[in-house]
Amino acid sequence: MAITRDEVLHVARLARLELTAEEAERFTEQLSAILEAVAKVSELDLSDVEPTAHPLDLVNVWAEDEPRPSLPVDEALANAPDCQDGFFKVPPA
Amino acid sequence: MIDTLRLSAEEAYGLVERGEVSTPELHAAYLAAIAERDGELHAYLRTVDDPGGIPIAFKDLVSTRGVETTAGSRILAGYKPVFDATVATRCRDAGMSLLGKTNMDEFAMGSSTENSGFGPTLNPWDPERVPGGSSGGSAAAVAGGLAPWALGSDTGGSVKQPASLCGIVGLRPTYGTVSRYGIVAFASSLDQIGPMTKTVRDNALLYRAIAGRDPCDSTTVELPEPVQIPEAEDLKGLRVGVPKELNEAEGIEPGVKEAVDRTIELCRELGAEVGETSLPRSVEFGLACYYLVAPAEASSNLARYDGVRYGLRVDGADAREMYEKTRDAGFGDEPKRRIMLGAYALSAGYYDAYYGQAQKVRTVIAREHAATFENFDILVSPTSPTVAFKLGEKSENPLAMYLSDVLTIPSNMAGLPGLSIPCGLSDGLPVGFQLIGPQFSENVLFRAGHALERAIGFDVVPGRLQ
Repeated sequence: MAITRDEVLHVARLARLELTAEEAERFTEQLSAILEAVAKVSELDLSDVEPTAHPLDLVNVWAEDEPRPSLPVDEALANAPDCQDGFFKVPPA
Repeated sequence: MIDTLRLSAEEAYGLVERGEVSTPELHAAYLAAIAERDGELHAYLRTVDDPGGIPIAFKDLVSTRGVETTAGSRILAGYKPVFDATVATRCRDAGMSLLGKTNMDEFAMGSSTENSGFGPTLNPWDPERVPGGSSGGSAAAVAGGLAPWALGSDTGGSVKQPASLCGIVGLRPTYGTVSRYGIVAFASSLDQIGPMTKTVRDNALLYRAIAGRDPCDSTTVELPEPVQIPEAEDLKGLRVGVPKELNEAEGIEPGVKEAVDRTIELCRELGAEVGETSLPRSVEFGLACYYLVAPAEASSNLARYDGVRYGLRVDGADAREMYEKTRDAGFGDEPKRRIMLGAYALSAGYYDAYYGQAQKVRTVIAREHAATFENFDILVSPTSPTVAFKLGEKSENPLAMYLSDVLTIPSNMAGLPGLSIPCGLSDGLPVGFQLIGPQFSENVLFRAGHALERAIGFDVVPGRLQ
């Protein structure tokens, strides 16, 4: 196995996913197969190659700092599962 | 009588301009076709009543003000954007109005539309088969006469591959030419919005409407030349490269190879200079590279679905428990797999070996493509190794599904445009022909695609609907 069940549970915690026991089992098997396949990238010696983060050579895209109308608060909150007094409301952290 | 199975968008504009048909009559014709056939096909997640322009369907990741937009995910069920995506605004400015929002693999992750949180879409050519994905709803809508044209999105092949499987024309534009403002993000260094149409000319018309720099998306650029609506009937002077690895890859079905080889021969007959070329590392390492880069970006982009600002919330005793329960309940399996894969590839101790290395492979792929364009104007291959496959055939095996995009992914990693046109049938199912060009070569792809389309004479109406 390229990834263990404990590692899957660790990554799920990092990603804020609560997995059921059945999911943890299944994903361990599937992610192992996928990781074995993608590990193929390590076959190449690329120590001299620069990484590509973005396919266009765009550098420093500037815009004038001009104020524009923004969303009214009620629209920004329109899709919120819960809100109060103009704020998003969440359970205690 | 409007024949929605055959009417191109260009013809629709003509009918309206000449006063022969009104836009409400056009919408009514498509809504009637949807009522008749979409119960079976399920190309649409919802239709709307907005009959003021030439009808168009949007993949359900294009934000539409006041109209539910889910990206095919239960986590966004009920979400109504409070603003329009730039592409939606530009379509309206070009005289179009929304017909409906189409089904898709959840967050555009998939190659069959079976990963939708709202049930699969079926292929109009054979309802036992998938339409491809992730823009399968848009492809099936156009092929099934349920929309004159549609927008899809393409990250690893999600416009080109469903266009291929449904026998329509699909363009993945050069990275940066079409705004993503208001598009639900999957992998931001790859995502592009693309036109899905019945004809190459329609494709150029729709691309012309949506392309160009948008101040709201800093990754966009101005087109170096205006979009030309193609008219050429030959390929004289065009140098066509046939990359060996893209045409001989393992898994290409014999019927697909046959139709593509015939089309390559047709390029010659139309006056092109055809020669063999090679992309050895792009094809061998492309898929692995993609399945590190795209999930890494997805794990970051999908962090926003936390039950706070929009979408589903499942209550928990504290914030963390709420996040975890919400995300477990709201995401389907494929987003979960990719989020975890991406988080793993980016995590301490694995970053250099996985994500960092994949970014370097990406450089190798871009250089390899650039080198072939010193000798060729376009590269050609099958779009998909197979014709439309049966529902359920690959849904239990993620890796087998990923291989559907093995021929579309390499050029996508390099930010290159690619056009898929139907080039024939294999066992009664459409085969797609992929044309790849250098960055900003859309006009060349349209010209070549149009000349080939005329010479091939493919009938876009599925046999069972004739």
